[in-house]
Amino acid sequence: MSDVSRDTMLLTTPFHSRVEAMCDLNDWGNWMGYTTPNAYFDVELEYFAIRSTTGVFDLSPMNKYRVTGPDAQRYLDRLITRDVSKIGVNRVGYAIWCDDNGQVMDDGTIFRLGEQDYRICSYQRADDWLAWNTLGFDVTIENESAAVVGLAVQGPTSCTVLTLLGCTDLNQLKPFGIAHYTFEGRPMMVSRTGFTGDLGYEVWVPPESAEALWDQLFELGRDYLIKPIGSHALELARIEAGFLQANVDFMPAEEVVRVGRTRSPFELGLDWLVDFKKPLFNGRSALLKEQEKGSRYRFAMLDVEGNKPAEHSFILKGDKQVGTVTSAAWCPTAKANIAYAQIEMPHGAVGDELVAEIYYQRELHWTRLLAPCKVIDAPIFKSPKRWQTPAPPH
Amino acid sequence: MTDYDAVIIGAGHNGLVCAGYLAKAGKRVLVVDGRSDPGGCASTREFSAGFQVSDCAQWLSQFDQSIVKELDLKGNGLRLGQPKCTISLQPDSDHLIVDGDTISGAGVDSADQAAYRDFKKMVAGFAKLMTTLYRTRPPKLVEQNWTDRLTLMKLGLGLKLLGRERLRDLMRIVMINIYDVMNEHFSHSALKSTIALDAVTGTNMGPRSPNTVYSYLHRATGEHLGQSGTTQVMGGMGALGQSLAGAAEKSGATLKLSSRVSAITKTDDRVTGITLDSGETVSAKIVVSSADPTTTFRDLLGYDQMETGMAKRVEHYRSRSGTAKLHLALSALPTFKGLEATQLSQRLVITPSMDGMEQALNPMKYRELSTLHTFDISIPTIEDPALAPAGQHVLSAIVHYVPYAPDIGWETGKPQLLSQLISELETYAPGIGKLVMASELVVPSDLEASHGMTGGNWNHGELSIDQALMMRPFPGSTQYATGVEGLYLCGAGAHPGGGLQGLPGRNAAKEILKRGAL
Repeated sequence: MSDVSRDTMLLTTPFHSRVEAMCDLNDWGNWMGYTTPNAYFDVELEYFAIRSTTGVFDLSPMNKYRVTGPDAQRYLDRLITRDVSKIGVNRVGYAIWCDDNGQVMDDGTIFRLGEQDYRICSYQRADDWLAWNTLGFDVTIENESAAVVGLAVQGPTSCTVLTLLGCTDLNQLKPFGIAHYTFEGRPMMVSRTGFTGDLGYEVWVPPESAEALWDQLFELGRDYLIKPIGSHALELARIEAGFLQANVDFMPAEEVVRVGRTRSPFELGLDWLVDFKKPLFNGRSALLKEQEKGSRYRFAMLDVEGNKPAEHSFILKGDKQVGTVTSAAWCPTAKANIAYAQIEMPHGAVGDELVAEIYYQRELHWTRLLAPCKVIDAPIFKSPKRWQTPAPPH
Repeated sequence: MTDYDAVIIGAGHNGLVCAGYLAKAGKRVLVVDGRSDPGGCASTREFSAGFQVSDCAQWLSQFDQSIVKELDLKGNGLRLGQPKCTISLQPDSDHLIVDGDTISGAGVDSADQAAYRDFKKMVAGFAKLMTTLYRTRPPKLVEQNWTDRLTLMKLGLGLKLLGRERLRDLMRIVMINIYDVMNEHFSHSALKSTIALDAVTGTNMGPRSPNTVYSYLHRATGEHLGQSGTTQVMGGMGALGQSLAGAAEKSGATLKLSSRVSAITKTDDRVTGITLDSGETVSAKIVVSSADPTTTFRDLLGYDQMETGMAKRVEHYRSRSGTAKLHLALSALPTFKGLEATQLSQRLVITPSMDGMEQALNPMKYRELSTLHTFDISIPTIEDPALAPAGQHVLSAIVHYVPYAPDIGWETGKPQLLSQLISELETYAPGIGKLVMASELVVPSDLEASHGMTGGNWNHGELSIDQALMMRPFPGSTQYATGVEGLYLCGAGAHPGGGLQGLPGRNAAKEILKRGAL
C-alpha cells in the first residue's frame, strides 16, 4: 500500500467522516470549495425521504457572518433590500442584497440573535463586500463559517426526531423562529428554516459537536426513516418548492464579467423583498429607476407539458426566442414538469402560453421536442405542514 | 418653503462663482464658510505683523475670462499685475528665461529653442481642445443625450482638426509621463526640469509618474482660459475672493462667513439642507458643495447616508499632495545671483534636474524629508508694496516634495525643513537667511486644516485621467450631480478640476439651472 497523502484541494466539513461512511455511491461534488455528496444511495429515494420522512443535508459550507455592534441593524438595513426591523429577536428573515446598480449579489438568511446581534447566512463568500459596508457604521463583522456548522433536517418526521434529540417543545416553534438548546454541553441552535418547502429545521452547532450530532440523529431517527440526502435530491425539492439558487437562477452581480448578465430583484420575481419605504439601501435609486422605466426580464415558473425536464431550453413565443431556462425538473410529488425561466419583457406574465424547445438524448439518439408550457403564479408544491404551528404530528 | 433655493458649502472661488451665477439667475443663495474671509484658496493673510501673503494660490494664470466678464469682477475691484515670465535659476547664475514661446540664457542652443516653439505649438493645440471640454459639463459616454452628443461631436471635430500627426501624438503621450516627453523633445536639462515642474506642483507625483502629461496639459489650458499669462493679483489673491464675493452679493446672494458646516442634512432619501457647528440648521432645495469630495461625502454627509458602492469610491478617491507653501518676511529686497532687482518680480523657479526631482519623490513617498525641492517663487511686494511695511518684502514660494505626514512628526520636522529650504535658497540668493524677520512653513497637513482640503491637495483630488472628465470625481457622481438626490458638487473635485479657474463653479451653476433643480 502506498502512503499517498489524502490531502486534496477541496476542504471537507466536520461531518465528513460520517458523510463519507454513508456515501454508498461515492459520488462527490465541489460545493463552494468543499467535498460534498451529490447523492448518497439513490437520488429519488433521498428526495422521498425529504417529502415522506426526514432527510439530512450537511450545509456547513454555507458562509456565516456575525454582525454585532450598536449600528448592526442600521448596517443591515442599508445592506439588504427588505426592512430589517421587522425581523424580531430569535427570528430569521430571507433576504437579498444588491450592488449600487440594483443587481442581486446574493440571497441568504438573516438570523436575529439579539437586539443588535445578527448572523448572515449566505451562499457566496461576502467578506469583502460586508467589510466595505462597515464604512460609517459602528459594527463588527466576524466570519463564523468555520465556527458554526449545520445540518438541514427536513421532512414530516423531522420535528419528532429532533424532539427525541432533546429539542423540547420544538413543535411550538413557528416558521422562521429560532430556539436554543444544549447538545452535550455545547450550544445548539435550531431554526425552523429550510430549502425544501416542507416542515423542516436547520440545526447549528460548533464543529466539535458535529460527529456526535450526526451519530445521535441517525440513531434516534432510525425508526422515523431518517436518510442523508445529497445536493441532487435537494435540488429537486427546491425547484418543486419555488426557491432560487445563486449561480444557477441568477449570477451573483460581483462575479459577472459580461455586460447585462446580472439581474435585479424585480427580474427574479423578488419584488416582495424590496421595501422602498426605507430611505436608503444599496440599489435603491437604481431600482426606483427600474420601477419607473420597466425591467428587461421577468422571472417565470413554467408548467411544461410532458415529462422531459426542460433543462437549458430556449423558450419561444411563436418563432421568436424570448427566454431561457435556468432550472428544470420533473417534480415527483407535485407530478409536474417545472422550469424556471428568464423571459424577456413583455412576455412571461402569469398565464402566458409559451413553448419550451427541449433537446434530450436516448441511446445517442437526440430528439427535439417543442413542449407547450404555461406561466404559473406560484410554486407547484405547497405543503401546509410548512406553516403549521404546532408542527403537525406525522 | 425652504430657507434658500441653494446652500453653497464653501466660499472658495468656485463656490462664489457658482453663487454668482445662481444669484444672477434670481435664485435665493446662501454661501457658508468656516473661514472669516471669502475666497478659500484665493485668500490673503497677514502671516507676520505688517506682512501679507497669498496664503495658498499665488499666481493667477488659468482664471476663465468669461467669468471675469460675466460676473464683472473688474467692476468688483479685481486688478491684475503685469504678466510674468519664468526665470529658472541656475547655480552658475546663467539663468534660463522662458517668456511665451521664447527661451534664452543658460546656454540653450537654437535646436532646443526651435523645439520649444514646436512643443508650445503642440501643447497649445491640445490645450485648446481641452478648453472646449472644460467649458462644458463632461459628456457621459454611455447614456448619451443631445447635450453630451454635441460636446462629443465638438471634441471629435477638434481631434480631427488637430491633424493625423498631432492626434497620434496626443493619443501616445496623454497616458505617459512628462519625463519621457521632455526627453523626446529637448536636450537641455534645465529646460526639461523647468517644464516638468508645472506637471508635478500641487500633485503627489514626480516627473516619471504616469498622468503627469495630463496634469501638465491641465495647467496649459490656462493659456486659453486666462489669456493674460501668469500674473499676481493686486492686494494678494484674497482680492480675487473679495471681488467674487462682491459680485455674488450684488446679485443677491448671502454670505455667511466664520460659520463652519458640520453636516449635510438628509431627510428620507434626499439632501434637504445643512447643519452648522453652532447647531443652527438651514434648509434648501439643493445643497451645492465646493468642498473636496472626501470632505463632502465622508465628513459632511457620512458614509452611512449613501449606497456602499459610492462610499467605496469616495474611499478610493486619491487626494494627497506633496506641495507646501513657504512664506518669508524679509527686511529688505534679497539679492539673487545673476538677476537685476527689476527681474525679481518675475516668476522665479528652482528645480533640480528631472532625475533629481524623481529622487526627491522617494523620501516623500516613504514619509521622510527630502534634501531636494522645487521652488516656485513670487516676491509680490515689488509690484504691490502695500503687502509689506515700506522697504520690506514678502517672499512666497510653492515648494514641492514635502511629505504629508513625515515619520519624525511635524513638530521636529518643520524647523528642520525650514532651515533646509532656506539653505537651498541661499545657493541662489546668498544672505537671504539674514534678511528673514519672520517665516512660516505651511505643509500639506496645514493646508488641509486651514482650507479644508483633504490631503492638502489644492486640486481637491489628484489630477489623473482616472479621476478626470466624465470620471471626476468618480463614476456615479459626475456632471455636478451626485449619487445623492439634492446634493451637487461645484468645487475643484468636479470637472474640470483644480487651479484658480472658476470653471467647476460656472459649469455647475449652468447645469443646476439647466436641470431645473431650483
